[in-house]
Amino acid sequence: MGGRDATMVLLDENGIRCDGRKVDETRRIMIRAGGLKNADGSAYIEFGDNKILVGIFGPRDVHPKHMSNTDTGILRVRYHMEPFSVGERKNPAPSRREIEISKVIKEALEPAVMLEKFPRTAVDVFIEVLQADGGTRCAALTAASVALADAGIPMKDMVAAVAAGKVADTIILDVNNEEDQAGQADMPIGYMPSLDKITLLQLDGVLTPEEYKKCVDVGVKGCKVVYELQKKALKDKYFGNGED
Amino acid sequence: MTSVSVLDELKKAQILELLEQGKRVDGRALDESREIKIETNAIPKANGSARVYLGETEVICGVKIQPDRPFPDTGDRGLFICTAELLPLSHPTVETGPPQPHVIELARVVDRGIRESHMIDVSQLVIEKDKSVIGVFADNVVVDYDGNLFDACSYAATAALLTSTTPKWNWVDDKPTLVEGDETALPISTIPVSITMGKIGNHIVVDPNGDEWASMDARITITSDSDGNICALQKGGSDGFTQDEISQCGEISVRVGAKIREKLKEAQKGSQ
Repeated sequence: MGGRDATMVLLDENGIRCDGRKVDETRRIMIRAGGLKNADGSAYIEFGDNKILVGIFGPRDVHPKHMSNTDTGILRVRYHMEPFSVGERKNPAPSRREIEISKVIKEALEPAVMLEKFPRTAVDVFIEVLQADGGTRCAALTAASVALADAGIPMKDMVAAVAAGKVADTIILDVNNEEDQAGQADMPIGYMPSLDKITLLQLDGVLTPEEYKKCVDVGVKGCKVVYELQKKALKDKYFGNGED
Repeated sequence: MTSVSVLDELKKAQILELLEQGKRVDGRALDESREIKIETNAIPKANGSARVYLGETEVICGVKIQPDRPFPDTGDRGLFICTAELLPLSHPTVETGPPQPHVIELARVVDRGIRESHMIDVSQLVIEKDKSVIGVFADNVVVDYDGNLFDACSYAATAALLTSTTPKWNWVDDKPTLVEGDETALPISTIPVSITMGKIGNHIVVDPNGDEWASMDARITITSDSDGNICALQKGGSDGFTQDEISQCGEISVRVGAKIREKLKEAQKGSQ
């Protein structure tokens, strides 16, 4: 997607990254719960330069009917990028990448949502990436959890997500677009802090077994930071100023 | 394969009960793969091929190698593309038509494992920089289904690539021209091995068979390279893993993967 700049310094001698962050620092994160009028629940997230909107509908009747399950509700997730969200215009039709990410996010949310309470119904999660800058699946998953909570869907926990990775032989938190393109490894992690469960995990890039463990560790710690911001977004909406 | 019947529920109960006693339905150890059979050169018209049986799962992979245009931003590298498809004859629930999300995921995870290991040194597959490169296409077709297509397709593609030979093309009159009778092995730098583990209850089992696949709560596929490093990973399924389980799965994948790498090397030797 982005251009490659061979001269870019990913990590300088003081341990500062190409966008001025320290190795264990996330980008600026702003989460807003609610915002859409017609959706049953919604959220908006700005995660660095990513801008993502999530709307929830349901539990509601399932169409087509044969998709419904008499034992439990079903979760449907559509992750979609706008044609204007990336450098070169993206074909608006869902790509194979978007279909895979939709599935991965769905399976990351399912352990959190108590779907068994709503047999024969569907909860639809619509994710629209308005602007993309690396790490959209994590930002989208984070926002989708907040939106589900905003919709009042019973949940065991929220899923917080952020990527860890390896850049200039160093394990870092929250991989941005440049680091993803030029870096050595990218590991998106979705994690439920209260249940200590990792529900989204992918990796591309080469890691030694030690780096692998460290990467998971750094990512899980990052998720705990994101989790606090998710809770704050909900408190801001429902309790005013972020106080309990 | 995703529909749940009463029979599946009964099987799941039985599988879980056995696991509580440390046993598996087919008598394997928890970290034991099924028997792997690899037949190379199964399709002589391909540049390389393999038929792989992982237990009763059967996959055929054919590699086609031909000149192609490079991607605009990577004119100094050849192409490597790996696909996977479920044939309708592989299982009664498989339908024709556009690929379902789980098949798209399968193809992308198998591709990613091999790609990210840098198994094929694509920098050596350039005919004329920015104009023409060699494309390597590894297409998997699933012929018979008994669980764990991720690993079966990955082994089939890897075995097919290890035994592939590539023709040589020269850049003549602004087009690639075949040099007759000059075939060499592909530039291989490492042998990736994918290991898929299922989580059933609190148990982690390597290489789930069809019944285990239908019973598992979550799965994880980890690919490691010849140096014992981890190069790709994908979690799937409707449950999660603890951090300890993720570490444990990493160790299992490197350890079990090393054994399977030897089988792939044997297959490579056997075809020479």
